[in-house]
Amino acid sequence: MAEQRSINRVLALLVAAAMLTLAGCGSKPVKPPPPAAPAESNAGALSEGANGANAANAGGGALGSQEETAGPQAGLLATRVIYFDFDSAVIQGAGVDVLAAHAKYLAANPQARVRLEGNTDERGSREYNIGLGDRRAQAVRRGMLLQGVAEGQITTVSYGEERPADPGHDEAAWAKNRRVEIVYLTPGQPAAPKP
Amino acid sequence: MPYRIKASRSRTWLLLVAAAVFGCGAACTVYAALQIEITSGVRDPIPIAIVPFAPDSPADGGLDVAGVVQHDLEGSGRFRALPRERMPSTPTRVEGVTASDWKAAGSDYVVVGRVATLENGALAVDFDLINTLTGARLASQRFTGPPSALRNAAHRVSDAIYQKIVGVRGAFATRIAYVSVDGTPPAQHYQLIVADADGENAHLILDSRFPIMSPAWSPDGQWLAYVSFESKLSGVYVQLVRTGERRLVSARAGINGAPAWSPDGRKLALTLGGSNGNPDIYVLDLGTQALTRITDDPSIDTEPEWTPDGRSLFFTSDRAGSPQIYEVSASGGGRPKRITFEGNYNARPRVSADGTQLAMVTLDGGNYRIAVQDLASGAVRVLSHGHLDESPSFAPNGATLIYSQREAGRGSLATVSVDGLTGLRLKAQQGAVRDPAWGPFGT
Repeated sequence: MAEQRSINRVLALLVAAAMLTLAGCGSKPVKPPPPAAPAESNAGALSEGANGANAANAGGGALGSQEETAGPQAGLLATRVIYFDFDSAVIQGAGVDVLAAHAKYLAANPQARVRLEGNTDERGSREYNIGLGDRRAQAVRRGMLLQGVAEGQITTVSYGEERPADPGHDEAAWAKNRRVEIVYLTPGQPAAPKP
Repeated sequence: MPYRIKASRSRTWLLLVAAAVFGCGAACTVYAALQIEITSGVRDPIPIAIVPFAPDSPADGGLDVAGVVQHDLEGSGRFRALPRERMPSTPTRVEGVTASDWKAAGSDYVVVGRVATLENGALAVDFDLINTLTGARLASQRFTGPPSALRNAAHRVSDAIYQKIVGVRGAFATRIAYVSVDGTPPAQHYQLIVADADGENAHLILDSRFPIMSPAWSPDGQWLAYVSFESKLSGVYVQLVRTGERRLVSARAGINGAPAWSPDGRKLALTLGGSNGNPDIYVLDLGTQALTRITDDPSIDTEPEWTPDGRSLFFTSDRAGSPQIYEVSASGGGRPKRITFEGNYNARPRVSADGTQLAMVTLDGGNYRIAVQDLASGAVRVLSHGHLDESPSFAPNGATLIYSQREAGRGSLATVSVDGLTGLRLKAQQGAVRDPAWGPFGT
């Protein structure tokens, strides 16, 4: 069994090496073996995106499934991004209405769940920017909680400057990257109503 | 689990074999190396001749040991090597060196050496360093190891020569970790890579469609801690570099970030944000899983860095309105002391191994640059010249910093000596590279 697997690997690697040679050894090398999966998923994280790891694992973290769904599309609900000024976590202008529309929907649909993804532009230190992106995601979260959404319906993450929407390096690109994205997740158990 | 580790080892081996069978050179057996370009050097580099070492084929795999040494020394910005076609002769032993001939060719020093197979199958690299003015032999040393470690032995030769002539231990036989990013949003692809300090011998550690950031070496150089968003949320992992075995150590609600190993390798300092979003510094005991809160402030506290004695932590905080660097007791409960006072943006502290210098990202006339603060005097020097320089990391000899920069929209790595005199650029053939971490000295 294990023997057969190794043989398959040898074949795959020889084919890959042959392709690499044909490609002139230039650009993309053979993909080295993926690292082993986490030994102990003690803290309930999932492994979907990396290593081609088992997507079926992506079900049961302590923070709930992060599987995405289309979510509501009517009117303002189709708008999923709230933008911010430089060095600011203040929601203003169009963002206020976008936030209110989603908060209203979530409050009326207690089984609906969202992930709020905070982002910054590329300027400054990476981990400090994780903090700034988190501040933006928290500003949206607090706005939603104030408008009747339950805590259990919201997960936050900050990607800092790591996941730009616009790859550019000017003010126009930066303005598009200072944002919170509202991502709908597969419904969970109806959240307990707010006391 | 043991099966996976074994599988991963044998696959690496097979890759090398497959590459050899198909005639692929050393540069592409594992991963595309970074390309090095010298961006600044000292005005009068030391002239040196590194004569091709006597080979021992096929055991040496055709590696040009003298070529690796020359590349290292020239890359330091402090040496100028004599081109091989201008060498008066090609001795491989000290007896064959006529010092005056080399002096006449313009070299102050000559290096000769040879590779030999020992009875146990290991390779030995011997070298001699000769002063051409006096004819004196300044160093003579042997490095041994398996044939697969020949390149490392060559870097050790460079370390020894550098130390003898410059007076500081070289950091050529060390490794760096960095993140490579390919593709355009939203289809970006992230890879964590470990390579020799010269960018060669690169290995893929982790491959993900979601961000990977903040790699940090354990003090023994065996493990990397890093942040991966592969679950779409943040998680801090520790991974054994040699086998790929890894462990998820923190995936709590909110931020899990900025891991830093304690000098004894038993603890990780990290940033945890919690579901209510208040990033603070914590220390996680990797053995007991005990978590100690170090800071408790409504501001952003992040980017912890241990002092070499393990007693305190430097970190970034915007508690005074803008990010500045503070120091606090690593056992918790202490009151943070502010360390930086110049300018209104100082972040991402990294301390030199001797504890005297603090490197950071500083906002300098609208540009983010790498600066070093002398901790005793408080004097600050800006060392880099880019617009978006970040992620400084000290070489273990404290003489050089590696950092990431952005030029023409593309991320590359760069080094600068702490005296500001020499610099290098390390560029990927494709995509961007960033977030470098310089590993410790090998044992």
